[in-house]
Amino acid sequence: MPNQNASMIEKLKEIMAVDFAVWELSLFLDTHPEERKALEDHNKFVRISYQLKSEFESNYGPLRLDCISPFPYKYINSPWPWEIEY
Amino acid sequence: MWYYEKKLQYPANVSKTDLNMAKFLYAQYGGPDSELAAAVRYLTQRYTMPIPQAKALLTDIGTEELAHWEIIGTLIYKLTYGATPEQMKNAGLGDHYSQHDNALYPHDAAGVPFTASYIASSGDPIADLHEDLAAEQKARATYERLITLTNDTGVIAALSFLREREVVHFQRFGEALMLVQEHYQHKHIFY
Repeated sequence: MPNQNASMIEKLKEIMAVDFAVWELSLFLDTHPEERKALEDHNKFVRISYQLKSEFESNYGPLRLDCISPFPYKYINSPWPWEIEY
Repeated sequence: MWYYEKKLQYPANVSKTDLNMAKFLYAQYGGPDSELAAAVRYLTQRYTMPIPQAKALLTDIGTEELAHWEIIGTLIYKLTYGATPEQMKNAGLGDHYSQHDNALYPHDAAGVPFTASYIASSGDPIADLHEDLAAEQKARATYERLITLTNDTGVIAALSFLREREVVHFQRFGEALMLVQEHYQHKHIFY
C-alpha cells in the first residue's frame, strides 16, 4: 500500500464519524419525519460535516467530483478509500 | 442519480494477508444475502412503494448497502493484496485466480456467480417489506458466522459494524411496514 499522510487520515476519519451520525439520523427521520429533536441533531451534524469537508478538500483534494479543483484536476490523485490504512 | 464520495462508511483495516478469510467474505460480496443483493433488492423495490416514508427508506438503505459492498470489497482487496498464485491455490482460490487473477468478482464464498434471482420484487409492498426484514436477519446471521471465522481485530471491527447496521435496517423496515399497513387501512376517498 502507498505511504499515508497521518493527519489526512485523522481528518478523514473525523468526517466519516460525523457523516455516519448524519446518515443514521436520516434513516430515522425517513420513518419519523416529525421528530423535532432528531431533525435538529441531523441539521447540526450536517453543518459540522460541511465545515469539515471544506477544510479537508482545500488541504487534501476533492472528496467528490463536484468540488472546485485547482489545475491539474486533483480528484484522481487524492487517496482512494480501499488504499488507505485507517 | 448518485454521487461518489471518496471515503468508506466505516474504516476497513486488516492486519495481514488472509486468503481463507477473503474467500469467506465473498459470501457478502456476491452471495444471496450479500450487500450487492441488498442494494439491488431495495433500489428495485422502491418504485412501487405507496408512501413517501417507504420510498425514502428503500432509496437510502439501498444506497447504504452499496457503501457496505465497498467495505467488503476493501476487506477482500486488502486480505488478498500481493498474494501469489500458489497462495491463492492453497487457500481454495485457485479457481478464482484462473479466471480473475487478483481482481474482485461478484460471486459467493463457493465461487457461484451473483444472479438477480437472489432478489424479489413482487409489486406488493407488504410482501416486499417482509422480504426485506428477512434479508436483514439473514445478513446479520451471516456476519455472526463470519466474525467467528477470524481473529483479525480490524476485520472483526468492520464486520461488527456491518452486523449492527443489519439490526438498525431491520428496525427501520419494521416501522415502514407498520406505516404501509396503516396506509392501507384507511379509505382514500376525500369527498
